[in-house]
Amino acid sequence: MTAGRSFRLASGGLVARDAPLRFSFDGADYEGLAGDTLASALLANGVRLAGRSFKYHRPRGIVAAGSEEPNALVELGAVGRREPDTRATTAELFDGLSARSQNRWPSLRFDAMAVNSLFAPLLGAGFYYKTFMWPASFWERLYEPLIRRAAGLGRIAEARDPDRYETVHDHCDVLVVGAGPAGIAAALAAARAGAKTILVEEDFVAGGRLVADRREIDGVGGAEFARAAQAELAGLPNARVLVRTALFGAYDHGEYGAVERVTDHLADPPPFAVRQRLRRIFAKRCIVAAGAIERPLPFGDNDRPGVMLAGAVRAYLNRYAVTPGTRAVVFADNDDAARTLADLALAGVEVAAHVDPRPGAAARLTAASGVATRAIEGVVTRALGRLAVTGAASVDAAGAAWRVDCDLIAVSGGWTPSAHLTTHLGGKPAWREDIGAFAPGALPPGMAVAGAAAGDFGLADALTGGWAAGARAAQDLGFAPPPPREPKVDPDAPARASTLRVHPGARGKVFVDLQNDVTTGDVALARREGFRRPEHLKRYTTLGMATDQGKTSGPLGLAELAALEGREVSDLAPTTWRPPFTPVAIGALAGAHVGPDLQPTRLPPAHAVAVEMGAVFVPAGPWLRAQYYPQGAESGWLEAADAEVRAVRAAAGVCDVSTLGKFEVAGADAAAFLDFAFANPVGALAPGRVRYGLLLRDDGMAMDDGTVARLAPHRFVVTSSSVGGPAAHLHFDFQRQARKPDLDVRIENVTSQWAQFSVAGPRARDAIARVLDPAFDVSDAAFPYLAAGEARLAGGEPARLFRLSYSGERAYEIATPAQWGAGLFRALVAACEELGGRAYGLEALNVMRIEKGHVAGSEIDGRTTPRDLGLDKFVAKKKDFVGRAMLSRPTLLDPARPSLVGLRSVEPDARIVAGAHLLAEGAPFDARHDLGHVTTFGHSPTLGRWIALALVKDGAARIGTRLRAVEPLRGHDALCEVVAPAQFDPEGSRLHG
Amino acid sequence: MRYSIFSVLREALRGQSGWTPVWREPTPKPRYEIVIVGGGGHGLATAYYLAKEHGIRDVAVIERSWLGSGSVGRNTTIVRSNYMLDGNVPFYETSLKLWEVLEREINYNAMVSQRGVLNLWHDEGQRDACLRRGTAMRLHGVDATWLEREDVRRMAPFLDFEHARFPILGGLLQPRGGTVRHDAVAWGYARAADALGVDLIQECEVTAIRRDGDRVTGVETTRGAIECGKLGLCAAGDSSRLAAMAGLRLPVETHVLQAYVTEGLKPFLDQVITFGGGHFYFSQSDKGGIVFGGAIDGYNSYARRGGLPMLTEVMREAASLCPPLSRARVLRSWGGAMDMSMDGSPIISKTPLPNLYLNAGWCIGGFKATPASGFAFAHTIARDEPHAINAPYRLDRFRDGATIDESGSGASPWLQ
Amino acid sequence: MRLTCPHCGERPHDEFAYRGDATLRRPDPAAPADPEAEHSFVYLRDNPVAGHREHWLHAFGCRTLLVVTRDPATHAIRSIELAAP
Repeated sequence: MTAGRSFRLASGGLVARDAPLRFSFDGADYEGLAGDTLASALLANGVRLAGRSFKYHRPRGIVAAGSEEPNALVELGAVGRREPDTRATTAELFDGLSARSQNRWPSLRFDAMAVNSLFAPLLGAGFYYKTFMWPASFWERLYEPLIRRAAGLGRIAEARDPDRYETVHDHCDVLVVGAGPAGIAAALAAARAGAKTILVEEDFVAGGRLVADRREIDGVGGAEFARAAQAELAGLPNARVLVRTALFGAYDHGEYGAVERVTDHLADPPPFAVRQRLRRIFAKRCIVAAGAIERPLPFGDNDRPGVMLAGAVRAYLNRYAVTPGTRAVVFADNDDAARTLADLALAGVEVAAHVDPRPGAAARLTAASGVATRAIEGVVTRALGRLAVTGAASVDAAGAAWRVDCDLIAVSGGWTPSAHLTTHLGGKPAWREDIGAFAPGALPPGMAVAGAAAGDFGLADALTGGWAAGARAAQDLGFAPPPPREPKVDPDAPARASTLRVHPGARGKVFVDLQNDVTTGDVALARREGFRRPEHLKRYTTLGMATDQGKTSGPLGLAELAALEGREVSDLAPTTWRPPFTPVAIGALAGAHVGPDLQPTRLPPAHAVAVEMGAVFVPAGPWLRAQYYPQGAESGWLEAADAEVRAVRAAAGVCDVSTLGKFEVAGADAAAFLDFAFANPVGALAPGRVRYGLLLRDDGMAMDDGTVARLAPHRFVVTSSSVGGPAAHLHFDFQRQARKPDLDVRIENVTSQWAQFSVAGPRARDAIARVLDPAFDVSDAAFPYLAAGEARLAGGEPARLFRLSYSGERAYEIATPAQWGAGLFRALVAACEELGGRAYGLEALNVMRIEKGHVAGSEIDGRTTPRDLGLDKFVAKKKDFVGRAMLSRPTLLDPARPSLVGLRSVEPDARIVAGAHLLAEGAPFDARHDLGHVTTFGHSPTLGRWIALALVKDGAARIGTRLRAVEPLRGHDALCEVVAPAQFDPEGSRLHG
Repeated sequence: MRYSIFSVLREALRGQSGWTPVWREPTPKPRYEIVIVGGGGHGLATAYYLAKEHGIRDVAVIERSWLGSGSVGRNTTIVRSNYMLDGNVPFYETSLKLWEVLEREINYNAMVSQRGVLNLWHDEGQRDACLRRGTAMRLHGVDATWLEREDVRRMAPFLDFEHARFPILGGLLQPRGGTVRHDAVAWGYARAADALGVDLIQECEVTAIRRDGDRVTGVETTRGAIECGKLGLCAAGDSSRLAAMAGLRLPVETHVLQAYVTEGLKPFLDQVITFGGGHFYFSQSDKGGIVFGGAIDGYNSYARRGGLPMLTEVMREAASLCPPLSRARVLRSWGGAMDMSMDGSPIISKTPLPNLYLNAGWCIGGFKATPASGFAFAHTIARDEPHAINAPYRLDRFRDGATIDESGSGASPWLQ
Repeated sequence: MRLTCPHCGERPHDEFAYRGDATLRRPDPAAPADPEAEHSFVYLRDNPVAGHREHWLHAFGCRTLLVVTRDPATHAIRSIELAAP
């Protein structure tokens, strides 16, 4: 047992010893220091068992010191802030942090699910594809629930996330990704040249390996060098350093996505602070200096807690002043081991053995590092221990077996450049024989790589390469490059890797992908079954599909596959890396516009008046519109809408139609353009007149409808439906520029600039007269049906008046600029009420349009032609217009095609509902007897029936017959009479009444 | 080898040494009776049904990359038949019925999981559309269930019922809808087709289509020329490129659709749920990841990658519909090349060229169609006439106006 | 993606409304009816991998319709011009 002891070194590290922080893990309380990650703080407390594996529930420890960590995933926070699958190696410690291990029951030390290990022979790669097939119903009821219960890692939050997120846009000349030595040098070079430079670093400390290793540059320590560079950049007006900012994706044309963790590291975030910030960064040049990822080595039970990447061991020793073990074995196949040996010895960790398969390497490096240890030319074949490493078994070149007691095995199979960002735009990594790894290949425009990410593993190379890349980027953009720099650094032993083969003497499970529990046995099985291509291997075994996306397992898997295939690794194509580089919270990507703010809600100018009147609102596209205005004892929509319809039909009503799309169309060729855009001959309209307008798509289907008014010879006002406004606007602008570029016409969308109200009913003229300038003559002689003109309100405010009717009553639409909209609506409501009428909402509007057989969005559904809708009488015969040619296609002329009819219920109370299908009386309920569907419905107080519009096969021929409107889901079945679409006042006599 | 619990047990006891390759790696022959271009789900299914239903085993499937590397390996795994229009419902219902028997038929567990597909509605227009569609489904004998708001809340309490811009008012559920492990579909069909004698030829790209007058006689590939009696194109995403080799222009544009998966989470979501206030939909895989997506990015693309604007839009909808997802992390995003047809419906059809057959235009929904597509395309090729279920999906329907436009967006694929 | 509007400069593509293939020519309404030409205009597309000429309307900008020549395989932009200069 190691818990209870402190494994913190007495001095050193980038931790604040005067700032102890309390935290808990699985309910036990510990203390760490400011500057710790959760992982380093756990190690400082001797906690080395951090999680359980996905499939076999094997005990797992901390493997890495950065975002490539495959094992140590924990759950943080609680309730709405519960956050699953957080890497302990990137979670910055704060006072009060509370973490829990995942995917174990009942406890991390004793996990009952570890019984899975006993069945491991059954649970090989893809076993589930071969069984659980009988009986069919057992999959959903038995097998899958068992699998699902066992699967998954952390738990999702229990409630709404209380934190805030935001999105910002950054623009720069040079974006540098990674604040290691290469990135710092690149940023300094670019910024000193004068380029606007942003340096992003996912860690909370800049420096990369400079803070993880003991290095010297020009006589100063690596950490000090990084700190000074960061300070210099922070002092330059044209440079910014963003730490805690992970660049997760490269997108087209110089766009990059990054997420900044703003307050995750604070015990007490200030109120209203954002938790995380999405940065969309637009950069003319990008230098990827993302470093390299160390590769593990394959041997038996290489997943035991205490097997750690050597670079991570050094990071814990040097940056956090923590010893991850007391007695170590170093197992590496590259000269980086000298650094690991020296750092362990300096920290007082006993080095029990140094194992290296390369001839003479172990002895040479051991001697060079001056560390007293046993040098073994050979390999570790197995880690011993279960909940923690207790020793290492190895075999030397002569075949002799060794067993060495230890609690830490520091492994290194060399480094693989972190080329991920260079491939997001389709680039493929290229094999580099000199470093034994895949490195960035062809780069997207504007991108360069430097340092370890480019395969330059030496510190001097990283600094000069980074500097050169930064200078070149600045120079490309027209800045004078700074002079080259020749930093003096302590000597390097670049870490060229070997081939990562498994020794035949390995015993136990050899893991390739730790988190997904993929072993060399699984790789071999998959290959035996024909899954020989890396993508097939990945998908069949799930190798590389865990939360680390194969950062450490990818190279191991490829090497194992290559070995089995008898091919070189270089002959295989690595699987594709895709954004995000590290997982990103959905909330951070979503930003601020979520929940009620998902989309703007548009309100018409008189909305507040409707609220005062107690209106009930309903969404209509982006708009909120009054559905009805309940009065007195009216108990719901039906009573209120009935009363509103009656009021309109008997006296006068006013309806807010400000949401209609409104367009001003002007110019010498305005009439010609509108004639082209609309299917009916609107260009022939006389000034001072308004008429219906029908828009078609290029394919001849009805797109929208509205009205066209000619105010002057070269000036028109056009309306569209409310929901269709934006599409109509786009349609007009597109057709004008793409199809009629030579016409002199201008189109302005004035939807929001004008409030508009429909005033309908036998007393409508009286109501309108009360709000207009008395000088304006609204007599039928002066302002007949379909007249249009400009007017003034009683107070002198400008207005437009149109004599149009949707309800079938004598009706007017009156418009005034938005600022007078509320006043005008108030005045109209008062006028109507004095005349015995009232305001009416969408429900009454809809009932009256059904009574009159007018179509709307429920019929103009993108699949109906003018003919289907009974509008072919409007369609021009002679002129050219959008969609004309397509109307005559044979299928569209088939008389059996569904066409518009009216319906009314035979029984007064039998509700016809929209969405119901129509069947002949006595016909069986099946698709062959389906005659059409109900598009919209309402209750007509005028007719004392439920009424509807419908699209019915052979529609015209069925008028006078009876059909059933049936829907079995909610259980409506109404016998109805098929009638002509206009059920009420078909002669239109009331228009003039 | 036949798969069963017994074979798994036996192999467990002998170190898994007895398993054999699921498919051969044959060298292409100079001639086949039928060549199918495209080793994705539809191509492999077509080959399987050609052999099984029509006894035609002299068949090659040629694939430019690895089997299953196209849309079958990059979709969001949903199966359903909750369509509205007469041209669509019988086809997709046939597909769902084939899914229901597929695994035992081909002896491969593709994890067909019928946990339900739930479409939410948020206003009266959507309610009416759901009712119309649900009734159409019932008329065709398809399962459809109506959910009121409280039913939805009981089924998915983690959705936002309190603060939403588009409040949930109810839903239309297809209980038999669900998900299928997508890669396994390709592998299962490949294994079954291979076992019936079909040659599956990988890393073999078509470079030209050979013709003798109007008659198609074969293909030239990166692995040599292959003659054939009949040629079936079945490579959604690249249909236009292939058709152009035969001199045909198609009613198709290629667009990119993104999809996403989160890190593994303990199961909380059983159904596939779709948001009516936007394009977002999500489900949870057996491994625990939330698999989700939205709309196409909306511009022609063969690049199999999308942009940040659509990604952030989908995330906004995700965090809005299901607020607890806010702190879950997106693990991976990817893009697929979609054959967007001019009415949103597919093409399984003869072409103006004798011996050339086309399976294309799957838009964003080809995965669920895999079995029926293969079944119907095999029928069309073998009999030189469509099966009843794909008769509406003819290539020349646009010419006479018999389009099948489920979304009503017309010939603007970027709006579908 | 980033599109450079001749009027407004380089802007993110989400400011623009895509309107598809810009090479389609509407058949001359004065010419005799040609159903094949109409069908081709409304429904058939070259759908090329490279050099796709396409319409983008700067919807959240100057409302100008642009013809962008772009490679759908790589998203690389070759040229941007006004549709109606």
